[in-house]
Amino acid sequence: MAARRQWLSRLAKVAIGALAMVPAARIGWLAWAGQLGANPIAEAMNRLGFWTLTLLLATLAPTPIQVVTGWKWPLRLRRMLGLETFLYVCLHFAVYLGVDQFFDLPAIGKDIVKRKFITVGFAAFLLLIPLALTSTDGMVRRLGFARWKRLHRLVYLVAGLGVVHFVWRVKSDLRQPLLFAAALAALLVIRVLKTWRPPHASRPARSAPATSAPRA
Amino acid sequence: MPSIWRPDLPSSEITPEGLYLRRRDFLAGGAAAATGLTFGLAGCKPKVVAPPAELPALPGATKPGPFGTAEPRTPYKDVTTYNNFYELGTDKSDPAANADRLKTRPWTVAFEGEIAKPQVIDIDALIARFPLEERVYRLRCVEAWSMVIPWVGFPLGPLIKQLEPTSRAKYVAFTTKLAPDEMPGQKTSALEWPYVEGLRMDEALHPLTILAVGLYGRVLPNQDGAPVRLVVPWKYGFKSIKSIVRVRFVETQPPTSWNRQNAHEYGFYSNVNPEVDHPRWSQANERRIGELRRRVTLAFNGYGNEVAGLYAGMDLRKNF
Repeated sequence: MAARRQWLSRLAKVAIGALAMVPAARIGWLAWAGQLGANPIAEAMNRLGFWTLTLLLATLAPTPIQVVTGWKWPLRLRRMLGLETFLYVCLHFAVYLGVDQFFDLPAIGKDIVKRKFITVGFAAFLLLIPLALTSTDGMVRRLGFARWKRLHRLVYLVAGLGVVHFVWRVKSDLRQPLLFAAALAALLVIRVLKTWRPPHASRPARSAPATSAPRA
Repeated sequence: MPSIWRPDLPSSEITPEGLYLRRRDFLAGGAAAATGLTFGLAGCKPKVVAPPAELPALPGATKPGPFGTAEPRTPYKDVTTYNNFYELGTDKSDPAANADRLKTRPWTVAFEGEIAKPQVIDIDALIARFPLEERVYRLRCVEAWSMVIPWVGFPLGPLIKQLEPTSRAKYVAFTTKLAPDEMPGQKTSALEWPYVEGLRMDEALHPLTILAVGLYGRVLPNQDGAPVRLVVPWKYGFKSIKSIVRVRFVETQPPTSWNRQNAHEYGFYSNVNPEVDHPRWSQANERRIGELRRRVTLAFNGYGNEVAGLYAGMDLRKNF
């Protein structure tokens, strides 16, 4: 029974990992076939950005899912989804750097300094790099789990910056970026509710202030 | 792609020689390939340049007017499937997708305000009133992309003179049709509806300023602002208001939609100006649709010789 469940969880991981690559493959195919519309470069950037944010939120979802449903198996998807997020943001940035701006470094520098949506987007990209580099088991061991975990809390900042990047990017129709903001907020609220639960939930300790340990 | 080798191929589907000869330009730049996404190859596909035959041809529509550019024209398909017309949706492909819902007949345009001869003109009478001509203009969007578009229309100046503006007519205010049932975007709060735009009187009278009623020799497709739209080629595209129902002559500077939405980013004048950056886009360069490399943006979209004089003595950084 346990072996069967493990096999199923592995299958789910492979399936979800492969599914996450479908949009990138599709964008690549459409670009190749000339099917990305009149402005294929902008279209590819927009689509890659959309999927970067989607995968970033998916990476943050397993813990809230566990809180709500009790399922533990999605927790094992986090590293894979995080690395796929990083792949998408690299493609997004590569199209901007190499195709959109054609390696015009002075122009890119000005963009990063002067265009605040690019400032936050670039910051989010930079902050994801150490997380991707320390994603291996070896790095977790080398850093020690506590330090590793503290470092990887950066992902919340990255998610916030990523959503702000999208909000500041659009001219007036905020529906889509605000949907991402709402999803991120929901995921964070569920996490916060979980941490605020008393550590020993068996006794209602909340009403007795003497027993609640001071939080560090 | 193989279908273009049919012997019964209509001439409208044949890639013009100029475009064909430039096909390798799209492939230039191995650097792009290094990113792994070979956008250049998209340029290999022959594009449909002429319009489909569904829309009726306009009389005299191919008579070339002044100020025309000899630059390669943006394919009809791109002009009609990639544009902003928030009344029909905020995605670039939405206007084409929702175009059928907009009813362009019956249609009248009301001319009112500070003029001796206020009147409501039926659209077909308006189109018949002046000889039509083709104006091949550059269009520069504030989002840093551009096109070359063969409009069909007539200059606004002679029409204004027929209306006999009074001495108090300092500005012209334009309004787009308000019909949320036909234009789903007007049910959202993407902008305040109806869309309004304005020009100073001398800008409206300038011979470059036209009312366009056609595109590529045929009737204007709904998604591009049918049945009648303004074209002011030295200003960012959003100044060229679409589907006009009212033109009012006023004494004070009228409100304009994007300025109302965000006054820091969109000024009343909105002349194409590579020196004044937009918070979201550098205006120093632009992507001409169909080209791989960005190109330098010209002051007044390259119409400086014609219009720079209108703004003599004005600080165009302040009056952006």
